[in-house]
Amino acid sequence: MATLLFYILAAIVLMAVLLCLTRNNPVHAVLYLVHALFGLALLYFLLGAPMLAAWQVILYAGAIMVLFLFVIMLIDPDLFEKKASRGRFRWLPVGFLSGALLACGGVLIMMDPLAAGGIVRYRLSPRAFGRALFDEYGLAVEILSLILLFAAVGAFHLGRRHKGKEDAS
Amino acid sequence: MNDVLLTIILIVLKLGLVLGTVLTMAAYMVLAERKILGRMQMRYGPNRVGWGGMLQPLADLIKLLSKEDLIPEGADRWIFMLAPAISTATALLAFAVIPFGPSVQLFGRTVPLVICDLDIGVLYLFALSSLAVYGVALGGWASQSKYSLLGGLRAMAQMISYELAMGLAIAPVVMASRSFSLTAVVEAQQTLPNMVRHPLAFLIFLVAVMAESKRIPFDMPEAENELVAGYHTEYSGMRFGMFFVGEYLNLIVLGSMLTVLFLGGWYGPLLPGVCWFLIKVLGVAFFFIWVRGTLPRLRYDQLMAFGWKVLVPLGLLNLLITAAWMIWRG
Repeated sequence: MATLLFYILAAIVLMAVLLCLTRNNPVHAVLYLVHALFGLALLYFLLGAPMLAAWQVILYAGAIMVLFLFVIMLIDPDLFEKKASRGRFRWLPVGFLSGALLACGGVLIMMDPLAAGGIVRYRLSPRAFGRALFDEYGLAVEILSLILLFAAVGAFHLGRRHKGKEDAS
Repeated sequence: MNDVLLTIILIVLKLGLVLGTVLTMAAYMVLAERKILGRMQMRYGPNRVGWGGMLQPLADLIKLLSKEDLIPEGADRWIFMLAPAISTATALLAFAVIPFGPSVQLFGRTVPLVICDLDIGVLYLFALSSLAVYGVALGGWASQSKYSLLGGLRAMAQMISYELAMGLAIAPVVMASRSFSLTAVVEAQQTLPNMVRHPLAFLIFLVAVMAESKRIPFDMPEAENELVAGYHTEYSGMRFGMFFVGEYLNLIVLGSMLTVLFLGGWYGPLLPGVCWFLIKVLGVAFFFIWVRGTLPRLRYDQLMAFGWKVLVPLGLLNLLITAAWMIWRG
């Protein structure tokens, strides 16, 4: 049962990503990507890591995708000129994907993935998750966060306003 | 068989009770806000429909339902139609994990007064409040109107910024109660509410919550004298009504979050737990209305600077101090 659900969810994620890549409208693409991220969160939940699933939704669907949407809405003036795609059934892929995700979520809540057996071996409690993150793989996490910090500093440097030059021109 | 039936009946009962109470509360919150604001501005507020205006929400509902449902030319139809539903649904779903009272004995079994006590309840609430942005942002984008787009943009930027501060304010509470479950968080406050234990976190959370609810000192997304009505400019009829109700539902959700995380949840002397919970939520709502009647609107750059340069560093500092204190105490 759990294995079957795993493949269904994986198919949903792949479908959502494919649809995301082929959209003309960037906002629609972001929405499909949100579907894919939800699918991933459900996969994490299925594999026994509810904490990771929650963080996936909070960070990726809730923050990073909103930033994507923000940037698209901010920098793409063509968006207003673009003709909205017509067609009676263009809600079908979205409807299908959200419906399938909701159904999978429902099944996941009803059944206990651990008891169903198959690919799920253990459930990760928040405590174990924290231990693994900051104890066992602490060094790797620190290195990654340093890289992110460098990237942030670099972006800040590139985006800095050059006051002197503007005055000269 | 009887046992299964009883379980199902209890779940349906709880769902119905919570949904009914919350929706009625949201409707009357609108009336209460108009009445209280009226008093604060030396006028009566709505007092014609029913006894002293008590049926006003019903009249508003009938009015909204009978209005024409306009969809602007060139709008992204499906996203335009779904956006209000997203903003209402995210607010309603949040009530699934909020514990509104201690466990009670019913039909010879112990029934916890929460629909589903997730062991990551705090994260669930946090995830829903971060998803609530989509309704507003997509509604603003799909309307194909410049005012709506600007409102949506402002809402997104504001909610992302203040969510960070909110998360930083929740972290010390979770650390102190050693659990992500909201019931455990409330039970950890039996002797002393977190408001006293973590005063700085409480203040940061209060401000962040006000910004998340897009209410007056922070109502940039719908600032009516610049943006007409912001993200819901183009909405009419019940779709506008859903945005509107979603806003007040959100007010109750955030009030409940504040109550559960910082005001000691259902604990209080004399009265039963559920009463204390309701009193606290309504108290928070009254405070929000009071603030709306008192403070002027912030400027947009002030709002952003306050979020990033004051609240986030303060939250980090508070987190550091709490962690140091906990390690020192053992």
